Amino acid sequence: MLEIKDLHVSVDGKEILKGLNLSVDAGQVHAIMGPNGAGKSTLSYVLSGREGYHVTDGSVTYKGRDLLAMETDERACEGIFLAFQYPVEIPGVNSSYFLKAAVNARRRYRGEPEMNAMEFMKLTKEKMQVVEMKQELLARSVNEGFSGGEKKRNEIFQMAVLEPELTILDETDSGLDIDALRIVAGGVNALRNEQRSMIVVTHYQRLLDYIRPDHVHVLADGIIVKSGDEKLALELEEKGYSWLEKSA
Amino acid sequence: MSADNQEVRELAQKEYEHGFVTDIQADTLPPGLDEDVIRAISAKKNEPQWMLEWRLDAYEKWLKMTPPQWPHLRIQPIDYQAISYYSAPRQGDGPKSLDEVDPKLLETYNKLGIPLEEQKMLAGVTDMAVDAVFDSVSVKTTFTRQLEEAGVIFCSISEAMHKHPALVQQYLGTVVPKTDNYYAALNCAVFTDGSFVYIPKGTRCPMELSTYFRINAQNTGQFERTLIIADEGSHVSYLEGCTAPIRDENQLHAAVVELVAMENAEIKYSTVQNWYPGDETGKGGIYNFVTKRAECRGDHSRVSWTQVETGSSITWKYPSCVLKGDNSVGEFYSVALSSLAQQADTGTKMIHLGRNTSSTIVSKGISAMKGQNAYRGLVQVNKNAENARNYTQCDSLLLGDTCGAHTFPYMEVKNPTARVEHEATTSRIGEDQLFYCRQRGISEEDAVSMIVNGFCKEVFRELPMEFAVEAQKLLSVSLEGAVG
Ligand SMILES: Nc1ncnc2c1ncn2[C@@H]1O[C@H](COP(=O)(O)OP(=O)(O)O)[C@@H](O)[C@H]1O
Ligand SMILES: [Mg+2]
Repeated sequence: MLEIKDLHVSVDGKEILKGLNLSVDAGQVHAIMGPNGAGKSTLSYVLSGREGYHVTDGSVTYKGRDLLAMETDERACEGIFLAFQYPVEIPGVNSSYFLKAAVNARRRYRGEPEMNAMEFMKLTKEKMQVVEMKQELLARSVNEGFSGGEKKRNEIFQMAVLEPELTILDETDSGLDIDALRIVAGGVNALRNEQRSMIVVTHYQRLLDYIRPDHVHVLADGIIVKSGDEKLALELEEKGYSWLEKSA
Repeated sequence: MSADNQEVRELAQKEYEHGFVTDIQADTLPPGLDEDVIRAISAKKNEPQWMLEWRLDAYEKWLKMTPPQWPHLRIQPIDYQAISYYSAPRQGDGPKSLDEVDPKLLETYNKLGIPLEEQKMLAGVTDMAVDAVFDSVSVKTTFTRQLEEAGVIFCSISEAMHKHPALVQQYLGTVVPKTDNYYAALNCAVFTDGSFVYIPKGTRCPMELSTYFRINAQNTGQFERTLIIADEGSHVSYLEGCTAPIRDENQLHAAVVELVAMENAEIKYSTVQNWYPGDETGKGGIYNFVTKRAECRGDHSRVSWTQVETGSSITWKYPSCVLKGDNSVGEFYSVALSSLAQQADTGTKMIHLGRNTSSTIVSKGISAMKGQNAYRGLVQVNKNAENARNYTQCDSLLLGDTCGAHTFPYMEVKNPTARVEHEATTSRIGEDQLFYCRQRGISEEDAVSMIVNGFCKEVFRELPMEFAVEAQKLLSVSLEGAVG
């Protein structure tokens, strides 16, 4: 599904990713852990096509195509979803209107008829239950005045509605209390199947108790310094990152 | 025909022998402006003597005035002798069918979702289908009957001058005096037509006057004059303009709009202006120099201006409220977009004279490409205006870095009990917001229009429902290609 080879990325002339390799198969969940500033968000952004993140070397293949040649919105329509570490507020733009536009952009891309208001309402009602999100949030402007937890939950709600093939969760767990964490993880797990892949970026092992990964990678100073299974996460929890950074 | 009118006609005819080759029956006066021209206009419209005198007086005053020198507009000098000041509604020389209309204009009409028959009307197609004409005529008749039953007068100002001369004479020029400004004085001298509305005491106008207006719309020329009077305890919502881009050969447009609200009356005046903005260099665009003013004459009266300005090469416009009555309320909600090489200098004046008067100003300026947008607002609280309140919110949004936004708030407060609040923000359209939208699959163009419409929400909310939807669409279409 996703094949990253020797990826070098710089931001404002500074190299952040320094030859990253990662291969994610359909149906797999990969966790990426690492200290602050390691380049985890940079990886998320470069995969989803944010401006200002310059690929200086390497390649990314997604579903057999050159991902880096695709426009940001095209990547989204092709099934890439990023749950933002810091979801963005858009004043005056109604959440429900926003999400419907996203749903229909995908449908148009695939040549399918657009979803009407009734169908959309039914869909959102169903998905809101999954993340136990309050209905009233949909009537408000996108993320505006949402609490930290509400913002994160809204990301997962959008993910549930859009049903992406490749989801990237960028520190979705940070700032969530244990109940919210469980609900968010429930939403993510509900989406898991053999076709869908996920990259779960996290700081803490805690989230991986709920979203159990097939592989765990440690990202430090722009490269993956160690890969393993679930046990690696527990080891990191115990020992921290410093022992890996030194060996890198 | 009254003796007066006969006299005027004869006089005009006589004067004309010297001034012009064209005879008085012709539809269009040759370019140029002098007393003869004003007499000719008045005669063509068969106006009463007092009206002619009024015009001539304005003309004399105009000659002594100079155009305002606004710092944030770059205006090519206007040759007033090169303009033709009278042109009867033309028939027969428009395009014969939509096939003859500029395809780019039609494309925009289609994007705005304007029905075919309305497109024909807007583009000035002469052979409108018979059924369409029949249709709109019958709808119009129904509206007319409803208005008549309510006692509402709604007609052209020329018609009003003949049918309701006392009302016109009583109110015309009482809100915007002839010498108010250069363009207003010119308008007084040469205005050709416009609308007249009178809502009798205690009457709620049974419909948005927009509905009627849109069907009834016709080219009222470049010097338009509107007078709306809401008598005690009445209510009216009036809508001017159209979202469809209007092309006009006349470069200069200098309209005057006067509103009078008596005790407990309420006037809601909404405008969507989309004159041709000109090309990337501003060439061919319209100069829109408008004087709009409302007088809250009675206690507890209320006037609200809502405007969406997306067109014109240059816009110069400050819909204002004079709050004379105690407890009267003035509101101004504005969205102004300047893209291409457009220049907008717009804002409002709130003049507090009565006690407990309050005003609200919400201005949203959007600049894109080489557009320059200026907000110019005056809040004036006079000595006797006890407990006056004003709240001003003035937000600017910039798209790209070749455009500009400027804010000029003026405050003159002469009463210590006044409370005047001003908030202003300037922001660029956020890269993070655009990325967030696009990451969800929304195209860049749609994302920009979504964010901009969100920015304008507080103003759109004030528009009549159906028109708010059109205004949003208009904004999106106007912004196409403006991102970068
Ligand atoms: N716009 C930027 N300009 C310069 N440096 C940046 C910018 N954005 C991020 N960085 C730097 O890139 C490195 C990686 O950041 P990030 O990907 O956010 O790390 P993580 O998500 O792993 O904490 C950090 O050193 C950070 O300071
Ligand atoms: Mg991060």
